[in-house]
Amino acid sequence: MDLENQAAIKSIVDEIGSENLMVVLGMPGEGLRLAVETLTTGDPSWAGPLAGVSLGLPVYHILEEKVRAQVPEEVYAEKLLMMEMVLDLPQIESDLASMRAAG
Amino acid sequence: MTAYLRAAANVLVHVPDLVRYGSKPWRETIRNDHAPSEVFTDLRPFGEAVDYAPNQAFIGNLPPENLGEIQAPWYENPSAGASPMGVFGEILPQGSFYALLEAADQFGLIMLDRGRFVPDAVGSESAAALLDINQPTKEYGQEDISGRIERGEALPLFQDGNLVGCASRDHDADESLDARILLENLSAKASGAYALSRLLTQEGIAPEQVEYVISCSEEAVGDRYNRGGGNLAKAIAEMAGCVNAAGVDVKSFCAAPVYALVHAAALIEAGVVGNAVVVGGGSMAKLGMKAYFHLEKGMPVLEDVLGGVAFFLTGDADAGPRVNLAIAGRHAAGRPSTPQGLAEALVRDPLARAGRKIASVDKYAVELHNPEIMLPAGAGDVAAANYRMLAALAVMGGEIAREEIPGFVETHGMPGFAPTQGHIPAGVPFLGHALERMRTGRLGSTMVVAKGSLFLGRMSRQADGASVLIEA
Amino acid sequence: MFKGKKVIALGERDGVPGPLIAECLEAAGAEVVFEKTECFV
Repeated sequence: MDLENQAAIKSIVDEIGSENLMVVLGMPGEGLRLAVETLTTGDPSWAGPLAGVSLGLPVYHILEEKVRAQVPEEVYAEKLLMMEMVLDLPQIESDLASMRAAG
Repeated sequence: MTAYLRAAANVLVHVPDLVRYGSKPWRETIRNDHAPSEVFTDLRPFGEAVDYAPNQAFIGNLPPENLGEIQAPWYENPSAGASPMGVFGEILPQGSFYALLEAADQFGLIMLDRGRFVPDAVGSESAAALLDINQPTKEYGQEDISGRIERGEALPLFQDGNLVGCASRDHDADESLDARILLENLSAKASGAYALSRLLTQEGIAPEQVEYVISCSEEAVGDRYNRGGGNLAKAIAEMAGCVNAAGVDVKSFCAAPVYALVHAAALIEAGVVGNAVVVGGGSMAKLGMKAYFHLEKGMPVLEDVLGGVAFFLTGDADAGPRVNLAIAGRHAAGRPSTPQGLAEALVRDPLARAGRKIASVDKYAVELHNPEIMLPAGAGDVAAANYRMLAALAVMGGEIAREEIPGFVETHGMPGFAPTQGHIPAGVPFLGHALERMRTGRLGSTMVVAKGSLFLGRMSRQADGASVLIEA
Repeated sequence: MFKGKKVIALGERDGVPGPLIAECLEAAGAEVVFEKTECFV
């Protein structure tokens, strides 16, 4: 994950704490895996400000079923519906499920 | 007047010893207190870069579609016996490129030690033509070079582990004239001129015939009072011997090559010039951008080449397919900067205005980033995602059923094959292939579609894009 | 799920970009405290 973004997120957590905070991502595949890992257990590449920092933030993907269900229908239809055809939704669900199971 | 695309050339320059000066490797080198001589010392040799199938597709020796039939990883399944000379491009070894860098320099910035530097046997007529026009005026020795490096004024240039030269700064307090910035700019100039020279050599066009050059390179050329002031185009034109050509730069991140094609065609249609060249030099900053991911996964560092592209447009009737300016997409400032918003503005809308359907275009040339480079870094398959978006638009427009998305992608798309050189993969590397196919009646039309990440410059959160239809 | 929550929206250029995630989450009642789009090209 981008080093500047890591630094920015770290400073947000330092400032407002992590209790009421969650992360919602928009990338698929390996990028999703790297981002989830970085924001929960720390930067796996050990290059960024989140190396060795376990933020433990709840992380979701915008196209997960339970997240999609929270977006008002008309907004969803206009903004996200087409991305269903572009990104592999079942893959995103199963990637997240296995990462969450692994803790 | 109509503008026709007469010729395209794609070049690669294999520069393993410049990878350390890419933005990401250089930052890591400084952060870890390493000397430039200690990092990235063992990258793949020239022969392997030549045999790499996506590189063969880039210079025209392999249809990009055939990459789908080669077992991944592609770097483990080389095209044995491949040639660095392609149907519409070529691959240059580092030694020849150092000579071009020296030839590109008019300010004593690049010093090569004649006692140690071994120029490759230049098998390239295009590179030789540039060296003929631009002969170095001064010779340097090891003392000049080591002195500048020791004083911190220059970056060392290596060849096979030996120090053979240096690249200097030109001011001690102007960041815009720092050694690495100037080396970046000279790399763009030299690789751009190389692409242009290949284009002219390949087509038998005399440099003097070129009337106008538009550069779509990304580098910010200028000093501290006008950082990014530009006109690399004119520098490239001069280096390639295009003494009768004026020039200008067109910029919009990775979308610039398509803007440049549209502008060049428009100048021809308006009768301002009779012909124009669009040229893009390589991006040194992007060398090794994802190298740490590649090394972590035991892969070779694949971002070891600079790219270059050049296109010749002319008003001469039937010189090639026509650049159809009636179907050129633009993304207005008020439109959403989403993949969908961009695809609608760049593809759906201009086609609809002409009463045409998305599926009426034979092949789309979207951003053709090589997925083998992108995926290990957590970036998606950019080309595939773009093709699926176009297919999704066709579904929304009722042209095809949802189940037909994979078939649409297969028919109208191709695997990405270009090195991650920013603007270089922006659809345009397919144009050489398109010209070959159109000449033999195997392709009717192609739409080039590119996107730019304006938000990277922090001036706007927008994305941008441009497209244009080219048809026989 | 999102009402009254603070959210970081981190998108990608060729996936779902940051501003789009932010817009959808704000519509779902979240307060977006940071929004960014990653670009790998």
